[in-house]
Amino acid sequence: MSVALATYDAEQPAFAPASEAGPAPKRIVVAYGFWVFLLSDIIMFSALFAAYAVLVRATAGGPTGAQVFNQVSVAIETGCLLASSYTCGLMSLAIGSRRRAATYVGALATFVLGAAFLGLELREFASMIAQGATPQRSAFLSAFFALVGCHGLHVTAGLVWLTVMMAQVAVKGFRANVQRRLQCFALFWHALDIIWVGLFTVVYLMGVVP
Amino acid sequence: MTEALYDRPPGYAVPAEVQEPSGFLVYTIGLVLAVVLTATSFWVANTSLLWGPGVPVGLVVLAIAQMGVHLVFFLHITTGPDNTNNVLALAFGLLVVFLVIAGSTWIMTNLNDNMMPPPELMNSHMRH
Repeated sequence: MSVALATYDAEQPAFAPASEAGPAPKRIVVAYGFWVFLLSDIIMFSALFAAYAVLVRATAGGPTGAQVFNQVSVAIETGCLLASSYTCGLMSLAIGSRRRAATYVGALATFVLGAAFLGLELREFASMIAQGATPQRSAFLSAFFALVGCHGLHVTAGLVWLTVMMAQVAVKGFRANVQRRLQCFALFWHALDIIWVGLFTVVYLMGVVP
Repeated sequence: MTEALYDRPPGYAVPAEVQEPSGFLVYTIGLVLAVVLTATSFWVANTSLLWGPGVPVGLVVLAIAQMGVHLVFFLHITTGPDNTNNVLALAFGLLVVFLVIAGSTWIMTNLNDNMMPPPELMNSHMRH
């Protein structure tokens, strides 16, 4: 180290500039990589949204959205998913301060609300199919089931993931790698709620507006 | 604490001890805002008080606002210097989403306008 550099350093603020800070810790790299994955997942959903928007009038003489959508059920589904996103956030806080019991309570609430959402959605699908509004009926219904069903599959995957993570917390405790996975799960769950906001607006609410 | 200054992962809730507004408060504010926006969306879609053609635009605005609330309060995306990478990735994602949705609907609307056969031909077509 030269003297000139030492005096230069002395004038610097307490932290090093970004170019000299070195590689970011793994926690940050992992979450950033998962963020990029989530954005690519959102781009995949945008293709399904575009397909739905193009095909929404192609009912081929079959039922339209206004005839088959049940707004009350959708409102309850929305409430369940929003509340589960909130409890997932509270679970993240409990994990941050290593409170094991609070983590389990948060995870259980998240799981129950997510499962309630999924149950209501499946009931809605079943009643639509019973009315003859199957995916084969028209291009509109194909696009509807592809878009909403893909979101439902994501929620299912999230519930499985959450169960696995709670088993890992029980067996391994709050290890660094378990915490990173829980962080990714929370990101995933919040991102699903963001997609649902677009979904209930575009599909259900715009579908019933005359 | 150089890491906290330059990089913060998305979804990172600052532990309660070091944060000025507590994490619980942030999530609760987010929940309240999201509930208000959702309720407004459902009201707008069902009311007859508003001018009909403006309703879809209003719904889109409410949805985008709620997505913003979720990003800020649940995913903790901020405009701070520690969040630059997250915001840049988000901006690129939004660009692609915009291109896919706006491009598809634009092209397909044009195609429908220019190539839609007259109704009688369309009906004979649909019967098969």
